[in-house]
Amino acid sequence: MADATKQAEQAGQAGAPGQREPILQVRNLVKHFPLTQGLLFKKQVGAVKAVDGISFDLYQGETLGIVGESGCGKSTVAKLLMTLETATSGEVFYKGQDITKLSGRALKAVRRNIQMVFQDPYTSLNPRMTVGDIIGEPFEIHPEVAPKGDRRKRVQELLDVVGLNPEYVNRYPHQFSGGQRQRIGIARGLALNPEIIICDEPVSALDVSVQAQVINLMERLQDEFNLSYLFIAHDLSIVRHISDRVGVMYLGKMAEIGTDTQIYDYPTHPYTQALLSAVPVPDPEAREGRERIILTGDVPSPANPPSGCRFRTRCWKAEDKCAEEMPLLAVPSLYEGEDTPAAHESACHFAEVKQVVGAA
Amino acid sequence: MTELTKSDQGPDAATAQSAVANNTAEPAPARITQWGEIRHRFMANRLAVVGLVLVALLFAIAAAAPLIATHDPYAQDLTNTLADPSGDHWFGTDALGRDQFSRIIYGSRIAVVVGLASIFLACLIGCVLGALSGYFGKAIDSAIMRVADIFFAFPLLIGAIVIILVMGRGVLPVIISLGVFSWATVARLLRSSILSVREMDYVTAARALGAGTSRIILRHIMPNSIAAVMSYVSFSVGTAVVAEASLSFLGIGVSPEVPEWGNMISSARDFLGVKDFLWAYPSAAIVLTVLGFVFVGDGLRDALDPKLR
Amino acid sequence: MTTTEKTEGAPGAAPQGGKKTGPLLEVRDLHVEFKTRDGVAKAVNGVSYSVDAGETLAVLGESGSGKSVTAQAIMGILDSPPGRVAGGEILFHGQDILKLPESERRKLRGPKMAMIFQDALSALNPVFSVGNQLGEMFRVHQGLSKKDAKAKAIELMDRVRIPAAKQRVGDYPHQFSGGMRQRIMIAMAMALEPDLIIADEPTTALDVTVQAQVMDLLAELQREYNMGLILITHDLGVVADVADKIAVMYAGRIVETAPVHELYKRPAHPYTRGLLDSIPRLDHKGQELYAIKGLPPNLLRIPTGCAFNPRCPKAQNVCREDIPALHPVTEQDGTELDGRGSACHFWKETIHG
Repeated sequence: MADATKQAEQAGQAGAPGQREPILQVRNLVKHFPLTQGLLFKKQVGAVKAVDGISFDLYQGETLGIVGESGCGKSTVAKLLMTLETATSGEVFYKGQDITKLSGRALKAVRRNIQMVFQDPYTSLNPRMTVGDIIGEPFEIHPEVAPKGDRRKRVQELLDVVGLNPEYVNRYPHQFSGGQRQRIGIARGLALNPEIIICDEPVSALDVSVQAQVINLMERLQDEFNLSYLFIAHDLSIVRHISDRVGVMYLGKMAEIGTDTQIYDYPTHPYTQALLSAVPVPDPEAREGRERIILTGDVPSPANPPSGCRFRTRCWKAEDKCAEEMPLLAVPSLYEGEDTPAAHESACHFAEVKQVVGAA
Repeated sequence: MTELTKSDQGPDAATAQSAVANNTAEPAPARITQWGEIRHRFMANRLAVVGLVLVALLFAIAAAAPLIATHDPYAQDLTNTLADPSGDHWFGTDALGRDQFSRIIYGSRIAVVVGLASIFLACLIGCVLGALSGYFGKAIDSAIMRVADIFFAFPLLIGAIVIILVMGRGVLPVIISLGVFSWATVARLLRSSILSVREMDYVTAARALGAGTSRIILRHIMPNSIAAVMSYVSFSVGTAVVAEASLSFLGIGVSPEVPEWGNMISSARDFLGVKDFLWAYPSAAIVLTVLGFVFVGDGLRDALDPKLR
Repeated sequence: MTTTEKTEGAPGAAPQGGKKTGPLLEVRDLHVEFKTRDGVAKAVNGVSYSVDAGETLAVLGESGSGKSVTAQAIMGILDSPPGRVAGGEILFHGQDILKLPESERRKLRGPKMAMIFQDALSALNPVFSVGNQLGEMFRVHQGLSKKDAKAKAIELMDRVRIPAAKQRVGDYPHQFSGGMRQRIMIAMAMALEPDLIIADEPTTALDVTVQAQVMDLLAELQREYNMGLILITHDLGVVADVADKIAVMYAGRIVETAPVHELYKRPAHPYTRGLLDSIPRLDHKGQELYAIKGLPPNLLRIPTGCAFNPRCPKAQNVCREDIPALHPVTEQDGTELDGRGSACHFWKETIHG
């Protein structure tokens, strides 16, 4: 118990006095995609609030899992951190430097350190390039990383690291299976020796028996190269397995964030509770003891989110206050200053622990 | 740690197996070049090979026309007009006693020159504008596409008549009018292809690596979007041959005395149902030419698709 | 009660006699092949399973295991060519439907058996309203008037709990959310109260919270109408929640059959065991995941002997030579375990070892 609390303190945001410095700090990040109308003269008629003010820290060597349903904005977060999309407002500090304001040479330098692994191994590799060209491309873009004569050797080393035969450098992506392609994608991500890898649903397109191989590979690489992962996924079981801390997103907002134990065993936000209770557990015995919270309705449109708390339209606890006041992401007053794993940040007016995952 | 390495060697060994299995009877490591594979897939397609033979034949005939032709295509023999096909005149003679066979052989030169040159022109304009439109989007895209719409909507024949009225009759005006009125399709094709390729994860991945615009266009977008254009080009050479013949048929193409398939069919109009060989042979030449290019285009499209195996 | 009325009352090609004997559907030694440019792919190689009325059979497998192809063969919607049923029988109410002419089989689809697909958006026709597509079932199969069909459509939408069914009956598929579209698909499959429903990955494309809603609905309707349900999925979690019995497929063969509780407690095939060990659990944080080595086989070149042998930690020489039959699985003292089978030469060691 005391142990969990210590973890909780470490995970707590602003100025946690942990031994580790955050390598990435996200503050009030916002991305609104304008909705336009008109054929020739486009007029803005609204905005899809894909990401609407989220903040979190990523520490050196840890894995932060981000979970949420489709449309919650988790993939947009990935694109914003990669500066593939321009943030509407907010900051992303990499080692103290706000990367949302960078461009040109300075941005290129930062990109060396933040890399990405994509969801779909079929569209993320250029079908007209050989595996050697794909994994070697990072060196062509950043020639300072590896001298020209060394590159081929480096590419073969990378193939070996991800568990592929180094002799396959001259093959094309279509000659590989999904799992092997994902390994190629990981090798490309590793080429520049980055510190942070952003993984957007890296195993969801793979067969069950191959998922475990790729997850094990990613964990081994994390230890070997001291990588920090931002692991975005909709599969809560996989996220629990790989993550040190977990953030739960709903409609562009962070609903709850904490260590994996805090989130999975002591969830305080109703959405997290519903999400966890809905996950089918591969054990018919376990299902009998579980309480299931079945939400009604669908996720509202991010172009027109509910007022106040975004989750209130599907929440069984909702009261008038929820429609009027937006709950802030903070340690619930109920648990403030207490020595319990429930004392982690949750954006709910009525945050209270409800254990939904059968303890094993 | 021992377990880690063990479970990791597993996939490696199996990888070796299955990758070999993926490539019939080829020992690893296999060096397969992109072009080698495309050629292989193209040659495996029977119709494409037929098309290639037809097109090669056309080029050979055009190049060696003086050697193949049995008579001077311009020489009139007023004593022997409208002769049926015979040992001397294989395809008969026309109303002015000119040898039909030789005129068809020489006609291939116009077909090849006009077909290739007009499509080259269309490609040049279409690719540049389509690429600009697809990659940069927004205002540039809107502007270029509206211009393309106008050219697209303008009837080819009327446009060609205007150009020919200004420039006079001849091969060059025909090439220009065909080129100017077919670039819009090339531009649209390339643009839509680029738009879909641009959204591919591998382009995003290249951007995430910090790749510059020129690298993204040249290494990632163009190689993957040009395939659509390449097969279209082969199709449209065939179409251009027909369009060119139509212009001549209508009397606004090359001068009527020039041996050209459209001209020949046009002058056969008066003998319809009487001397049918007059239009049948040049028509057959057009059909075979068009089929050749269409088959090649079909074969190219299949061969260039890396997903098809 | 409902079942008997329904089987007799429904029009179409009700097979004569034998209605009460044997299971609702029985697949016997089914073989399906696909002709490809590189040779013949053997997608299904001798699959046998059965479903009773009111029972849920889960067919579990990865991509290429032949689970969906088997379902397509049962429905008679196999793409042929290139696909072809190369052998076996499919007994529906005791009658081999593979021997029926296409016109008779068409009459089965809808009133007697129906299918729910993974992707509802592409399975529904975008140019017709939802009410029109639901009503079509009644107009074509029961000859109802337009007005009556529409009333039936609204009734159906109500039953699958689509809010404001009356107002939404004229809406088009794209105007519904993913979960609602899947409900419409279910409504369409249920429309003529068939005896058998085949659901191919019905919730894979949906979010977790919506997944639970849809699975609950499906289970409830199945109970209400006492239908046989074949649930095709790769998700061991979904299976555990709803299935009565499970058939695990690998490379076109059934490698293990078992009642649902038994399978998770004591798997009798190394592939099943590997799958169960390789998925992370929500309810406890494990250490390193067990990973089945290697890749699923290429259907053009299925390994000799047991198809799983190159990936199996227990493989011996016999596994590379002999194809294991689906052995009945027994307790150590020889008492037979009802409904259990394992296609492994070493099933004893796997379950008891």
